[in-house]
Amino acid sequence: MRSAITVSDLVVERGRRRVLPGLSCSIAAGAVTGLLGPSGSGKTTLMRAIVGVQKVRSGSVSVLGEPAGSAGLRHRVGYLTQSPSVYSDLSVRANLRYFATLYGVGRGEVEQTLDDVGLGGAAGQLVRNLSGGQRARASLACALVARPEVLVLDEPTVGQDPVLRYDLWRHFNRLAAEGTTLLVSSHVMDEAARCDRILLIREGAIVADDTPDGLRESTGTRDMDEAFLRLIREQEKGRV
Amino acid sequence: MSIRITAATTARILRQLAGDRRTIALILLVPTLLLTLLRYVMDSAPMIFDRVGLVMLGVFPFISMFLVTSVAMLRERTSGTLERMLTTPLHKLDLLLGYGIAFALAAAVQAGLAATTSYWLLGLDTAGSPWLIGGLAVANAVLGVAVGLLLSAFATSEFQAVQFMPAVVLPQMLLCGLIWPREEMAGWLQGASEVMPLTYAVEALTEVGAHTSPTNTMWLDLAVVLGVALLALILGAATLRRRTP
Repeated sequence: MRSAITVSDLVVERGRRRVLPGLSCSIAAGAVTGLLGPSGSGKTTLMRAIVGVQKVRSGSVSVLGEPAGSAGLRHRVGYLTQSPSVYSDLSVRANLRYFATLYGVGRGEVEQTLDDVGLGGAAGQLVRNLSGGQRARASLACALVARPEVLVLDEPTVGQDPVLRYDLWRHFNRLAAEGTTLLVSSHVMDEAARCDRILLIREGAIVADDTPDGLRESTGTRDMDEAFLRLIREQEKGRV
Repeated sequence: MSIRITAATTARILRQLAGDRRTIALILLVPTLLLTLLRYVMDSAPMIFDRVGLVMLGVFPFISMFLVTSVAMLRERTSGTLERMLTTPLHKLDLLLGYGIAFALAAAVQAGLAATTSYWLLGLDTAGSPWLIGGLAVANAVLGVAVGLLLSAFATSEFQAVQFMPAVVLPQMLLCGLIWPREEMAGWLQGASEVMPLTYAVEALTEVGAHTSPTNTMWLDLAVVLGVALLALILGAATLRRRTP
């Protein structure tokens, strides 16, 4: 496995709390890696460290061979924040065009991306007039438009209807097949099946790092929720 | 930084402003209406209007651009767009210049309208050129943008950002010599007024009002105003942290 992102001994503290107490992992290049775990487990903190906006206490994060957040990476890495961060007083298309200009990509990409996220029909609307799900997709589109080599997507499918979720995952898989590295967080375990690899995270520690099939085999269950539960029980037994 | 990104950022900010018709109307019309009001308040003393009206003309852009910028930048900080922007190829300077240029343009239109009304319809009379007044007004607007960008870092809500206006602007208005001669203030207040940029902005405007050609004092005042704006922009850039806890 060729890795695009390597995290070693990452320690992050927020306030008095140690959110990541020395996390290490690596993310495969050209694949979709699902970052799964309950709310508050450190998913967003890890993603912020990977895109270089998180203050870290110690440890290192390297992306495509460079230190996370370095200037050279900024046009090679796309980031979707958990809550939509687009300009609500601009239309979807105007937002996308602005992001496209930041990365130096053309208008053709803008229209293509609008279609990819199913917002072709709403492109002229102001973001503040969109539904929550549409707004999230507008935000996603701004991360996708530049076709970066690495995509870090924090809960991109939350609040989307099943058909759209299916389409978005198909799009992620297609991007990975074309060579993009994707790290996608979710707290919906059934989305794990769509990933090439899964990282299970709990209380800032990696509980499992495997393929979906491998995870099912090692835990002896078909159901991802169940698999997660069994892993944690085993871990807790081990601790006692 | 890049010209393409700075230009796109300027255009984006102007487009956001253009979408808000009511704000545009307020920015453009309020100074003109207030100057008209002032003219008729001072109906019996056109000489005083020449002095006070002129200063108001030059100081309005500072106040309105300060307000617009601090709220716009606060939104950028609290909505998550700033954090996201800083993960893109956008340089901090692109963002600061984008705000500076966009709102300086808006201020130029605002000052143009207010100056045209004042000189043509309200009978404002100055020894120096109206173009100089316009130029000083835009410089003051740039100062307002720079100070607004900086202070937005210290506000956590739009309520607070708006309250910075009286806190920052009113003391300067009181001490700049417009309401009471500076020489007659308590000594420590005279000292305080000397470190306030608006004092220099007002002095420059008064110089143009009294002299037919630009004076050295005016150029020096202008340099102080632009120097403080630059300083505020540099300090403002330091508050745009890429990595946050």
